[in-house]
Amino acid sequence: MRIFVPGDAAAVAVGADEVAAAVGPQVVRNGSRGIFELEPLLEMETEEGRIGFARLAPEDVAEVLRLGKDHPSCVGLVDELPFLKRQTRLTFARCGITDPQSIEEYRAHGGFKGIERARTLGPAATVEEVVESGLRGRGGAGFPAGIKWRTAAAAPADQKYIVCNADEGDSGTFADRMVMEGDPFMLIEGMAIAGFAVGATIGYIYIRSEYPHAIRAMGRAIETARTHGLLGPQFDMEVRAGAGAYVCGEETSLLESIEGKRGEVRAKPPLPAIEGLFGRPTIINNVLTLAAVPFILAEGAKAYADYGMGRSRGTMPIQLAGNVKNGGLFETAFGITLGELVEEIGGGTLSGRPVRAVQVGGPLGAYFPPSMFHLPFDYEAFAAADGLIGHAGIVVFDDTVDMARMARFAMEFCAAESCGKCTPCRIGSTRGLEVIDRIIAGEDVEANRALVEELCETMKFGSLCALGGFTPYPVLSALRHFPEDFARAPTVETVS
Amino acid sequence: MAEAGPGMRAGWTEAEVEEILRRHAGRKGALLPILNDVQAAFGFVPDAAVPIVAEALNLSRAEVHGVVTFYHDLKRKPAERPVIKLCRAEACQARGVERIAPILEGDARIEVETVYCLGLCASGPSAMVGNRVFARLDEGAARRLADEAAR
Repeated sequence: MRIFVPGDAAAVAVGADEVAAAVGPQVVRNGSRGIFELEPLLEMETEEGRIGFARLAPEDVAEVLRLGKDHPSCVGLVDELPFLKRQTRLTFARCGITDPQSIEEYRAHGGFKGIERARTLGPAATVEEVVESGLRGRGGAGFPAGIKWRTAAAAPADQKYIVCNADEGDSGTFADRMVMEGDPFMLIEGMAIAGFAVGATIGYIYIRSEYPHAIRAMGRAIETARTHGLLGPQFDMEVRAGAGAYVCGEETSLLESIEGKRGEVRAKPPLPAIEGLFGRPTIINNVLTLAAVPFILAEGAKAYADYGMGRSRGTMPIQLAGNVKNGGLFETAFGITLGELVEEIGGGTLSGRPVRAVQVGGPLGAYFPPSMFHLPFDYEAFAAADGLIGHAGIVVFDDTVDMARMARFAMEFCAAESCGKCTPCRIGSTRGLEVIDRIIAGEDVEANRALVEELCETMKFGSLCALGGFTPYPVLSALRHFPEDFARAPTVETVS
Repeated sequence: MAEAGPGMRAGWTEAEVEEILRRHAGRKGALLPILNDVQAAFGFVPDAAVPIVAEALNLSRAEVHGVVTFYHDLKRKPAERPVIKLCRAEACQARGVERIAPILEGDARIEVETVYCLGLCASGPSAMVGNRVFARLDEGAARRLADEAAR
C-alpha cells in the first residue's frame, strides 16, 4: 500500500516532514493537491482510490494506519473532494498524484509525449502549434507565446537561449512553486520543446531564493533527466538562484541578473526574442507558460484552445490566497467569474467576516469590491475594468481591511523594490508614499488625492516596466472603489 | 543558496573565496552564483572579498559592489542575531501577520527581516529561518519559532 505525504513547501511549512518521517522510509513525497487547509494531507492508496487524512500531526500517523477510513481526520476519496472535482487540470494533471522525482512515473502518466510529437512535427510546425493553441504569457503580460517563439525562431544566431522565469514574487501566487516541486519534469519537457522549436541549446531556470525547495527539486530533476539522456548536447539547462529582488521577475532585469549584473530593467526594443540573454535571441517565458506546452504538443493545439473565452484560451491555474476559507490552487478554463472563485470555490473569508476587497494579480494588481464579482476571468475583461489578471493570484480581505493602508503599502512596496533605473518609479513611489501619508493624516485630503492621481498617471505612462507602471493599479482602484477609507481622518489645516 | 541566520560564523578567509571562485570558473554570468555562495558560506559578503571576486571575473570593483548592494539577500555585515524572515506581503497581511509581528520584533534574541512573499499565501502568516519554512503562525507558534531560532 502506497502512502503519500507532500514534499511541497506549503505542506512542509505546517509539519509534513515530521508526518512523513512517522510513516517511514516507504512514504512517497508527492506534490501538493493544492488544498492548503488540509495540509499536511496524508493519502493512502486503496482499491476504491486514494483516501485522504487531513491536518495530521506525527503522533496521529500510527492511529491513521491502524484505523484507516474510520480515523476522524479522514476526508474520504481525495479525487472526489468538491474543490478538486470542479477543476479542469491540464497543467496540474499530475501534481499531487505522482512522485515528482520519478521520471518513470512521469512517463507513465503521459510525460514526454509532447516532445515526441514535436520531433515528428519538426521545429516550424511545433512553433505553429503553440501559436494556434492561443497560449498567452502566464507571467502576467499575456503576450501570445507563439508569436514570441516565431520571432526567436526567425532570428539568425550562433546561440539561442530558453529562459524560464520562475521568479514568482507576487503575493498570492504559488503555482510556479507547485509545478517545480510537484511536477518538475513537465517544466523540463516544456523548455526542451521550446529549445527544439526555436533552435536553442541552452536553458536557464531563474528561481527566486525564497523558494529553496523548488530550487532543490528542479536541480534534482535536471540531474535525473541528464542521466537518462533527455538533456545533453542537443539541449541542456541549469538552475540559477535569485538573491531577493522582486524586480528580477521583470524579464529584462531577470536577464541582467543571469548575466551577473544588477537587476536593472532594460529599455525595449530590442526585444529579448531578438537580442536577449548575452545579446542572443532568447525566449523568456513564465513557468506556467512553458508548463502548458507539453499538453499542447501532446494533445494538439485545438484540445487546449477549446477551453476558455474570447482571446483567453486554455486553462489558468488560479491561486486563491489571503483571508479565504478554501485557499489553494484552482485550475480552470478562462471565463469563470471572480464571484464564483471567491464565494463559491473559496468559500468566503477564513475569518467568517464579509469579503470587502480582493486583489487580483499580485502587488501590482487592482483591488475590487464584491460589487464587481461578475467580472469573468479573462485578460480583456480585467483590462477593461482597470485591472489585470497578472499571474492569477487572488488575495481576499475581510471588512477589517483599511484600504488607505493597502494603497500606502503598494507605494511602499514599489519604493522598496524599484530597481532605480527610471525616475517615475524610483522617485514617484517615495513621493506617492508621502502623499498618501498626508491623506491618512487628514491633511488637505482633496488636493492630495488629486496629486496622487496625477502622480499615478505619470508612473503609469513614464515607467520603463510594470513595477512603476502598474503600481498605480492598486492605488487608484483603492481610491476609486473604497473612497470612504481615504476620508476618515478629520481634515486639518496644513502648516504653511 | 543563502543559508542566512542562525549558526553563522563571521570569520572568512581568502582561501575559501578562492575555492568558491574555482568552483564557478568558466561559467557564464557567474557573479551572482559566486556571491550567493560567499553569502551562504560566511553569512555576509565581506567588503575585502569584493576586489578578489572582481579580479577573478575581470570586472571592476564598482561593478561587483553594485551587485552586492542591489540584492536584498547579499549583506555587507554578518547578522548579529539569528534572523527570522517574516513575510509581510498582502496575502500574509490579510491573514494577520501584523498581529504576530510585534511578538517577534519585541524579542531581543532575534532579528526580524521583512520579506515579500514566500509562496505560502493560503497558509500565512509565514516565515523562513535559514531554508526552513513555517506557516499558520499564530501568537503561540510565533513565540515557539522565536525560541527555536534563538537556540
